Amino acid sequence: MNPVNYLYLAALLFSIGAAGVLIRRNAIVVFMCVELMLNACNLAFVTFSRMHGNLDGQIIAFFTMVVAAAEVVVGLAIIVMIFRSRHSASVDDASLMKL
Amino acid sequence: MSTLAAAASATSTAETVQFWLLGTVAVLGALGTVLSKKAVHSALCLAGTMIVLAVFYLANGAYFLGIVQVVVYTGAIMMLFLFVVMLVGVTAADSLKETLKGQRLLTAVCGLGFGVLLIAGIGHASLRSFTGLGDANAGGNVQSLAALIFTKYVFAFEITGALLITAAVGAMVLTHRERIERAATQREQAAARVRSGKQVPPLPAPGVYARHNAVDIPGLLPDGTPSELTVNPTLRSRGQIRDVSGEALSDLAALEQRSAERLERGTGEGRGGRNGGTNDNGNGNGARTEEAAQ
Amino acid sequence: MENIIGLLVALPLLGAAVLLCGGRRLDRTGHWLGTILAASSFVVGAVLFADMLGRSGDDRTLHQFLFSWIPVGGFRADVAFQLDQLSMTFVLLITGVGTLIHIYSIGYMEHDERRRRFFGYLNLFLAAMVLLVIADNYLLLYVGWEGVGLASYLLIGFWQHKPSAATAAKKAFIVNRVGDMGLSIAIMLMFTTFGTFAFGPVLKSAGDASEGTLTAIGLMLLLAACGKSAQVPLQSWLGDAMEGPTPVSALIHAATMVTAGVYLITRSGAIFNGAPDAQLAVVTVGAVTLLFGAIVGCAKDDIKKALAGSTMSQIGYMILAAGLGPIGYVFAIMHLVTHGFFKAGLFLGAGSVMHGMNDEVDMRKFGGLRKYMPITYVTFGLGYLAIIGFPGLSGFWSKDKIIEAAFAKGGTEGWILGAAALLGAAITAYYMTRVMLLTFFGEKRWQPTPSPDEPSAEPAADSAGGGEMPHPHESPKSMTVPMIVLAFGSVFAGGLFSLNDSFLHWLEPVTGHSHGHSPLSALTVTLATMAVLVVGVAIAWAQYGRKPVPVTAPRGSLLTRAARRDLLQDDFNHVALVTPGQYLTRGLVYLDHSVVDGVVNGTAAAFGGLSGRMRKLQNGYARSYAVSMFGGAAILIAATLLMRAV
Repeated sequence: MNPVNYLYLAALLFSIGAAGVLIRRNAIVVFMCVELMLNACNLAFVTFSRMHGNLDGQIIAFFTMVVAAAEVVVGLAIIVMIFRSRHSASVDDASLMKL
Repeated sequence: MSTLAAAASATSTAETVQFWLLGTVAVLGALGTVLSKKAVHSALCLAGTMIVLAVFYLANGAYFLGIVQVVVYTGAIMMLFLFVVMLVGVTAADSLKETLKGQRLLTAVCGLGFGVLLIAGIGHASLRSFTGLGDANAGGNVQSLAALIFTKYVFAFEITGALLITAAVGAMVLTHRERIERAATQREQAAARVRSGKQVPPLPAPGVYARHNAVDIPGLLPDGTPSELTVNPTLRSRGQIRDVSGEALSDLAALEQRSAERLERGTGEGRGGRNGGTNDNGNGNGARTEEAAQ
Repeated sequence: MENIIGLLVALPLLGAAVLLCGGRRLDRTGHWLGTILAASSFVVGAVLFADMLGRSGDDRTLHQFLFSWIPVGGFRADVAFQLDQLSMTFVLLITGVGTLIHIYSIGYMEHDERRRRFFGYLNLFLAAMVLLVIADNYLLLYVGWEGVGLASYLLIGFWQHKPSAATAAKKAFIVNRVGDMGLSIAIMLMFTTFGTFAFGPVLKSAGDASEGTLTAIGLMLLLAACGKSAQVPLQSWLGDAMEGPTPVSALIHAATMVTAGVYLITRSGAIFNGAPDAQLAVVTVGAVTLLFGAIVGCAKDDIKKALAGSTMSQIGYMILAAGLGPIGYVFAIMHLVTHGFFKAGLFLGAGSVMHGMNDEVDMRKFGGLRKYMPITYVTFGLGYLAIIGFPGLSGFWSKDKIIEAAFAKGGTEGWILGAAALLGAAITAYYMTRVMLLTFFGEKRWQPTPSPDEPSAEPAADSAGGGEMPHPHESPKSMTVPMIVLAFGSVFAGGLFSLNDSFLHWLEPVTGHSHGHSPLSALTVTLATMAVLVVGVAIAWAQYGRKPVPVTAPRGSLLTRAARRDLLQDDFNHVALVTPGQYLTRGLVYLDHSVVDGVVNGTAAAFGGLSGRMRKLQNGYARSYAVSMFGGAAILIAATLLMRAV
C-alpha cells in the first residue's frame, strides 16, 4: 500500500465533516464536525511529513491542535452563552441578521 | 513500525491491513458523527474516529502527535464537548429534517464535488514513492520535533502560547456572569410562589401511587394517569420518562370490569362512577391533573 | 486727449453703481447725482468733440487701450475704445438727450418712491449705450449691446407690480435674445474668417473674404439689428415696451437704443458693401418696416403706441438708408440724429400731456388741450412739423435725402424703394396729423379717470383720485425745459447739418459717400414729397379735423382692426412660433419621460429587481453562508487544478 491512501482517507473525512457542518443544526454537533475536518487536515499533514521525510508537517499538525484547542474553548463558551440567553443551541435560531 | 525504509513505494502488509480495517472504522465514525440524532452519540463517534486517527499518526511515524492526539483531543477536548453537551444539549434528540430549502441538495453537490476534486487532485499528483521518516526520526521523534519547535518555529510556538492564554481568558469572560442583584432569600421565594399561586406546596415526589419509585417514573394520580410534574425537569426535557402507568390503568380497567360483571351494571355507568370518584378526590389533585395536562 | 474717452462710460457706470448699491440714504439726493454724472459725461463728450473739430478730417479717430480682456492663445479681446466721427455723433446724441431726459425725469418721477433706482437704471443704460458706440471691437460692442438690453428690460418692467409691464419686459428681453443670437453668430463668423473681431482689421480686410461669408455675416448682423431696432420680423416688442415710464420710452425706445441697429449696420458698412444680397435684405426689411410701423401708427388710439409705431417706421427709414450702401449711410445717421431730437421731444410732450390728464393715454379722450398746455402744445407741434417733413425743419432735410437716395439706388429696386418711402412719408403725415388733431384740437372729450379699475402707477398724477375729472395743466419747469431744448433741436438740427453739407463732410471719412444716379432730380423728389405730405395732412384733416371725433373708436375697416392688433404680429408669432414650440416641448418632455427616464428607471428597476432576488440569498442562516463558502472553495480548487492541468 502506498501512504497516499491516507490522503484519500483524509479527503473523505474532510468532505464528511464539511457536509456535517452544512447539514446539522445543533451548534455543538456543527462544532464537532469542524473538529473532524481539522483532524482530517492533520492526518494529511502527518502523511505528507512521512512522504517527504521531514518533520515540518508534524509541527504544523501540532500547531493545528493547539489552535483547535483554543478554538474549542472559545467556541464552546460562546455556545454556552447563546444557550443561556436563547435556550437553544440551534444555529438556525441565530439568524437575526437577515433582511 | 519503528524502522521505516528511507525510500520505499509500499508500506508493510501489516500496515495495509491496519489501514483498511481502521480506515473503515474512521469513516463509519465520521458518518456517525454527522448522522446521529443525539449529540452524545455524535461526540462518542467522533472520539472513536479520533482514536483511529491517533493510531494512524503512530503508523505514520508521528509518535508524539499520536500520543498528544489521544491525550489532548480524545481526552480533553472530547470530554469538554461532552460536558457542554450535558450542560446545554440535554434536550430531546435533534430533528434531522431539513428546514432550509435546497440546503441538502447544495450540500450534496458541494460535498461530493469537493471530495471528487480533492481525490482527483491527489490521484493526479501521481505520488509513486515516499521518503519515510527514518532519517528524520533518527534522534527520536520527540527530540527532533522539540529541536524544530524551539528553533525554527519558536516564534509561532510563543504566539500559540499567547493564543491559548487569550482563549482561556476569553472563555472565562464569556461565560462569567456578574450577579447584579441580591439573591432572593428563601422567605422571598416562598412569598413569590404563593403570590403566583401556581404551585404552593412542594412538588410531589415520583413514584407516588406507582409500582416503582425510580426517579424517571412519574407518579400516578388517583385515576391512574401519570403526572409528569413528579419527574425531574431535566429528565422531562430529555424525554427520558419511563411510563409504566399503562399497567396500572389496565389493572384498574380489569378491576372495574370484574366488579361491573358482579354487580351486573353497564360499563358506561362504571366509568361515570369513576369520574365521580375523581371529583370527590379533592381540589389539590384535580388541579394537579390539569397542570400535568398542560 | 484720448485718455479721457473711458470717462464717457465710467461716469454713468459709477452713477449706476452708487445709486443701485447706495441704498435708501441716497433716496433724497440720488436723482441729482445721476443727472450730474450724465451731464458730466456729456461735458466730456463735448470736450472731446471740440478737440476732434480741431483736427483734420482723416486724423480725427482716437483710440484708448485699457487692458487686455481675454487673452487666450490666438484669441484676443481687448477693452479698448475707438472714438471717431460716427461714435462722436452718437456719444453727443446719447449723452445730450440722455441728460435732458434725466432732467425731465426729476419732475416726472417726483412721486415715485423708487426714483433712485430709476436713475440708477438710466445711468446704467447710458453707460452701456456709450460703451456700445465707442467700443473698438465687436465683442466689447456686444457687452454694451447686452447692457442696453438689460437696462431696457429693467426699465420697461420698472413698474413691475403691473402684470402688463412685467410681461412686456419679458417679451422685449426674449425677442431681443433672438437678435443677440444673430450678433453672437456674426462675431463667431468674423473670428473664424478674419481671426479677429476688432473693427480696424475686420473692416479693412472685409474685401478679401468671399461674398458668401460676407453675406452670412451681414444677414446675422441684420438679424441683430432687427431685434434691437424693432424691425420686421422682430418688431413685436416695441409697442408693448411703452408700458415703461414715458421718459424711458423717449430715451431708450425712441431716441437712442433702438437706433443701435442702424449704428451696427453703418459701422459694418464695409461688410455690407461686399455683400449685395445682404444689402438687399436690409433695404427690404427697412421698406417693409417703415410701412408696417406707419400703418400700425395710424390705427392706435393710445398716444404712446401711436408714437411707437412711428418710431418703428422712422427706424425703417434709417435701416433702408443704411441698406443702400455708401449712398445712404450719412443720411441714415443724419435722420437718426434729427429723429432723436424730434421723437424724444414728441414722447416728452406725450408724457407731459399724460401728466396733465391723470395718466390717460387714449387720444380719443383728449382734445382741445392747446389752451391748457401752451408750452407742450408748441414744442409738440414743432416736433410734429419736423417729423412730417415740413420744409425747413429737421425732418424735412433728413427724410428728403433718404427718399432721394432710395430713388438713386437705380433700376426697378430704386423705383420700388422710392415709392415705398414716399408712401411712408404720406402715411407719416396722416397719422401724425391725426395725433396732433386728436390731442390738441377739437372739443374737449375728457372723462373721469377710471382709476379704481385700473390703478395706474404713473406717479406724476397730482390728483389720482378715482372718478375725478382731469384738470389739464402745464407741467413743471424741469419737464418743459428739456422739451424746449429738444424742440430747438427739432427745428434747427436738420438745417444746420445740411448747411454746406457739413454733416456729410463730417461723417464721410468714416462711412464713405457716393452720389447715386437718381432718375429724378432732387427738386422733383422734394416736390413729390411735399405733394404726398399735403395729401396725408388733408386726409387726416378731413377725418378728424372737420367733424367731431367719437370717444369710443368705431369698428373700422378690416385693415384698421388688424392694425389695432399690430397687424396681427402677436397672433402670427403665436401660431408660427409659440404653438409649434409648445408642441415640440411637450413632445420632448414626453420623450424625456418615456425614453430617457425609461432607460434610467428601467435600469434602476432591473437592478432593484435583481437585488430583491439576490437579497434572498442573505437569509441570515449561517449554514447557507457556509454552503456558499464551501462552494467557493471547491471552485477555487477546481480552478487551481485546471490551471495545473493546462
